[in-house]
Amino acid sequence: MSRFATTPIQQLLHSYPCVEEFIAAIGLATPSDGRPLQEWLTRLSDEELLDAGMERGQILNHVERLIAEVEAMADGAAEKVTHITLLGGHDKSGRPEALELTLRAGEVVCVVGPTGSGKSRLLADIECLAQGDTPTGRRVLINGEVPSDERRYGLDRKLVAQLSQNMNFVVDLSVREFITMHAHCRQVGDAETTAEQVIAYANRLTGEQFSPEVSVTQLSGGQTRALMIADAALLSASPVVLIDEIENAGVDRKRALELLVGGEKVVIISTHDPLLALRGDRRIVIRNGGIAAVLETSAAERYNLAQLEAVDAAVMTIRDQLRRGLRIEEAIRWPT
Amino acid sequence: MQLITVAGSPSVGKTSVILRSCEQLMRSGLRVGIAKFDSLSTSDDQLYRQRGIPVVTGLAGSLCPDHYFVSNVEECLAWGRRQGLDLLISESAGLCNRCSPHIEGVLAVCVVDALAGVHTPKKIGPMLRLADLVVITKGDIVSQVEREVFAYHVRLANPAARALFCNGITGQGALELAATLRAAPATPQLEGVRLRFPMPAAVCPYCVGETAIGETHQRGNVKKMRFADLATAEAP
Repeated sequence: MSRFATTPIQQLLHSYPCVEEFIAAIGLATPSDGRPLQEWLTRLSDEELLDAGMERGQILNHVERLIAEVEAMADGAAEKVTHITLLGGHDKSGRPEALELTLRAGEVVCVVGPTGSGKSRLLADIECLAQGDTPTGRRVLINGEVPSDERRYGLDRKLVAQLSQNMNFVVDLSVREFITMHAHCRQVGDAETTAEQVIAYANRLTGEQFSPEVSVTQLSGGQTRALMIADAALLSASPVVLIDEIENAGVDRKRALELLVGGEKVVIISTHDPLLALRGDRRIVIRNGGIAAVLETSAAERYNLAQLEAVDAAVMTIRDQLRRGLRIEEAIRWPT
Repeated sequence: MQLITVAGSPSVGKTSVILRSCEQLMRSGLRVGIAKFDSLSTSDDQLYRQRGIPVVTGLAGSLCPDHYFVSNVEECLAWGRRQGLDLLISESAGLCNRCSPHIEGVLAVCVVDALAGVHTPKKIGPMLRLADLVVITKGDIVSQVEREVFAYHVRLANPAARALFCNGITGQGALELAATLRAAPATPQLEGVRLRFPMPAAVCPYCVGETAIGETHQRGNVKKMRFADLATAEAP
């Protein structure tokens, strides 16, 4: 016997808004009286069911699974990932990667290597929580354990958020509506306030401020990136964030990393940019499809990073002057 | 032999997803074949043949593609057996979102396209709601936010199904998909086996060639719209 067959339908609709959404989605009128679910189903006509595209038993079953899923989503928020472990496989020539690499929440790890060396493959292995079943033979453990099938295939409790370079917005919504929609899906209590926070943070990351009322499709590349990073840090359920390069223009990379790390996430960035690569705690060097080395950022490298940042700032100043229509004729003073 | 039904709206990337998972299945030594259903024409059979995958094509022409599919699926199964296949994948386009090609006891896959917008999962009928596995394509070209919202709506539309993202171009996700296909139950025969839900109803005069517009020409299974303004005017 179903758990909800005898529950008065009004009570169900009240406790689980998703049930009301579902009934509306299959085109049935929302029941307005207090009959139990089973009785409401029995009284539906065959024609109504044909139009709805589901039989009585299927609707009942669906309502039950739906409620179970929504309850699981609420519970899932509490699950914490403290670390992920990467167990080496082999490179493109079949040479083994003798490696057991642990990445902890709150850590930034960069992935470096020539184009085509296998950086994306490493990100893909982590993304699908490989279990020796990808071309590299690598395995990924969560909190030291083999992830369950639910973990691997539980779509909306996905462990890994991936911010890629070549993404588009398909929806035509304002920034506020867009982030609020995400917050609703994440079952955040006060979706509107959370959305405001995400937008405010994104504006701190980008040099070009944008209003919550502007359409997401009108954002510049930098603004888009800033918004997606703020969203991944503050709103995404995923404890692991994979980032494919953060462009030079328009995003404060230092603040972006601080924000992501503050969210107690494992942050993995594939990059060719020295400023990003040296800002990571460690960097994974990829060669011929395999992990050739894992380098900890040294004190000397941190010193050089500060020099590089000063050079970068000088270039940014020139960029800004160009944008304002000025000439660049003064001798440039590089930091020493 | 294992039969798998794959359905999805036109251009969502069914063929690419099937090709990528076939590569994985064939690598593990399985013999895979395709029954490709389409409406007017298709050139996808060439894509399959180029990769050495046996394929049979069925064009529904003026018939409802869903009805055409179910009238021919048994013969396709027999064809697959003659070819000595381990796995037969039927690929059919769901044109009206009310399609219902899935069969009891046969692994049912629905392919949906993340580019189609976050509310699309709500609008697809039995093809998505009664599937065992939902494959989401083109996830790589939408934002992470839209991916998460889309996945959430797929979950609401079919809380019982397993769902995964598959990139038809790079093949990311194809391994997981192939693993699920390999675990499909065997389909020894289809005689008397039932569809999971009735297909869209038909048989009005327009189904059998009527072209004239007007109430005098409409008999049989005709359904009329309701107009709120007329309903209030008619009320006593």
